[in-house]
Amino acid sequence: MTTPHPQHSPTLLKPANPVGIIGYGAYVPRYRLPAKEVARVWTGKTGGLPIKEKAVPGLDEDVITMSIEAARNAMLRAQIDPQELRAVWVGSESHPYAVKPTSTLVAEAIGAVPNTQAADWEFACKAGTEAMVAAMGLVGSGMAHYAMAVGMDTAQGKPGDALEYTAGAGGAAYIVGPAEEALAVINASYSYVTDTPDFWRREYQKYPEHGMRFTGEPAYFKHITEAAKILMEAAGTTAKDYKWAVFHQPNTKFPQRAAGMLGFSMEQIEPGLLVPVIGNTYAGAAMIGLTGILDIAQPGERILMVSFGSGAGSDAFDILVTEKLNERRERATKTQEYIARRTEIDYASYVRFRGKLAMK
Amino acid sequence: MTDVVIAGIGQTEVGEHWEASLRELGAEAIRAAVKDSGGLLPQALFVGNMLAPNLSRQAHVGALIADYAGYGGIEAVTVEAAGASGGAALRQGYLAIASGLVDVALVLGVEKFTDKIGPDVDEALATAFDSDYEAMQGLTLTAQAALVMKRYMHEFNVPADGFAGFPVAAHANGAGNKNAMFQKAIKPEVYAKAEMVSEPLNMFDVAPNADGAAALVLTRRELLPQGDFSQPLVKIIASANASDALALHDRSEPLTFSAAKISVEQALQKAGIALEVIDFFEYHDAFSIYAALSLEAAGFAAPGQGWTLASDGSITLKGRIPTATLGGLKARGYPGGASGVYQAVEAVLQLRGSAGANQLNGAMFGMIQSLGGPASTAVTHILQRPD
Repeated sequence: MTTPHPQHSPTLLKPANPVGIIGYGAYVPRYRLPAKEVARVWTGKTGGLPIKEKAVPGLDEDVITMSIEAARNAMLRAQIDPQELRAVWVGSESHPYAVKPTSTLVAEAIGAVPNTQAADWEFACKAGTEAMVAAMGLVGSGMAHYAMAVGMDTAQGKPGDALEYTAGAGGAAYIVGPAEEALAVINASYSYVTDTPDFWRREYQKYPEHGMRFTGEPAYFKHITEAAKILMEAAGTTAKDYKWAVFHQPNTKFPQRAAGMLGFSMEQIEPGLLVPVIGNTYAGAAMIGLTGILDIAQPGERILMVSFGSGAGSDAFDILVTEKLNERRERATKTQEYIARRTEIDYASYVRFRGKLAMK
Repeated sequence: MTDVVIAGIGQTEVGEHWEASLRELGAEAIRAAVKDSGGLLPQALFVGNMLAPNLSRQAHVGALIADYAGYGGIEAVTVEAAGASGGAALRQGYLAIASGLVDVALVLGVEKFTDKIGPDVDEALATAFDSDYEAMQGLTLTAQAALVMKRYMHEFNVPADGFAGFPVAAHANGAGNKNAMFQKAIKPEVYAKAEMVSEPLNMFDVAPNADGAAALVLTRRELLPQGDFSQPLVKIIASANASDALALHDRSEPLTFSAAKISVEQALQKAGIALEVIDFFEYHDAFSIYAALSLEAAGFAAPGQGWTLASDGSITLKGRIPTATLGGLKARGYPGGASGVYQAVEAVLQLRGSAGANQLNGAMFGMIQSLGGPASTAVTHILQRPD
């Protein structure tokens, strides 16, 4: 099997009308399960830990309620009429319903119905950024003034599996609109996809399966680095042109290594590297990482965001912060504030909260 | 008897080749070996492979790869003897050439682990066991090696870090092999802190499963032009293959690799040399305990003393009997049934004087030994430097 080199075709996705981020909002549930607590139960405390701890949703939380929290934060920052949103799109691997959209509930809750697109997106961990690319298209074509894209997950990890240490909960919402109103302009995006079966969950399965180390080199690293390299080559940039970068973060090491491979320093990824303290938020991971950066970025600073979704593909975004950010970011709860709002739980509470006990 | 010589060698990098298939790996090594031989035209292909029917759902690997490598029409067959498949394929190639029935033979070792992952791989490897009595009970190769090591440590009062010298030496040598899976030396402290895999085996006592292919071109010296040939011609001066019970419980001495002992004795006898003149030993260090038992079976150490050759530095490149000189199974990686052919390629590099940073001074005789399971098959070859 060969994959044609994408450089033979046009690369950058650049809308006819310039677009940008009008508002953004994060959400992280309160509860934290330390990785060492998972190790205590399953391995007698032996073995290395991929993160410090992960965020766990409470008993009455799911991707719908969490998306609404993030969407409301984005609306607080954007200060727009919700009726002007012409799309509410939610990307997730953990939509509560198999049939019945998450997005209509979110749209209803923020007052965006009925004159709007609403749909749920699925592409493993890059469902949310795929929705962002679609929002760029909808706004950039002139069909809509504003569109919302959410990436949110309450990730599933099989008890005892390597993924249980990291499968976290959280995500972010973005409102895309005209560049002149934006707190950060999205210069362009680029997507790189192949048929790479590194991680999957079939219909009616409770937990995903994965290809162990196959998820690394030929999946995560190949797609992230190719998407980033091709975007930067087409944009005429190098790692030095970006003040900040954020990569999909399934554990602490992967994004650090990807950054190194692409020439980025640990300082450049530090504010967006949230996985050590909230876990892998799957479709929310790169997007909430970007909120961590926007919470501190200054006008004129350039940001590279690269998501990764198993199956597999990466979306890369070239983003430039404008002077509108400083004022807008103060209008809603910051990501680090959510991270600081922390209640530690033990494995037993985690099992109860996540419905892992078979009651009958 | 006329000299059987290795006229060409080829190898792929050892590692996880997610994007290369069994046949692609095999053809790559063959192309390199034929090129190295100056373009000799093979009449037969002997493929050492253990796992393709299980992990790649592919039997009939001989014909498959002969065709794919561009030699459709020649005699081609797969030789299977679990982890000793590579050594056994080399012996078949040697017999074919030595008999005079074949003039130029290709020997290929190829293994593709990464078509499957996790428990499927353990299950496939466990077919090297006595399936009815061992694999059926859930025993894996690693768990069995751990049982043997535990018994060995008890019988011979071996300290907890007694085996550290094996992986430390192997990794030091892997650092000088650009085809090795692990090219980083490790310190004894790293061994001491490593995670247990199956007590008392820790992570560094277990060779890593890996994809890879290595190939040799064999012929008779008399068939080649006199004077300069494209490569220095390394001679195979002895070949021996011995077997033992598959199941450990069927052996009177579970801490003795008796097939390994027999095959070394036979090889030395055929070569007409004494063990003392062997300059280096490429052993089958799938587990540290195998390395110790192999040294004892060959006669380099008394029973129960093999581990001391690791702890006192005897097995390092500058030691009395260098082993795993380009990393061995532990650091170069364990490409299953290809391992025995990698050993031959590496011994040829040493005897040609082409082993780079790991070159041994003045090596004349190299012994290589390929094991199947816990030495249920043991194939030993002795190679000699060109005149």
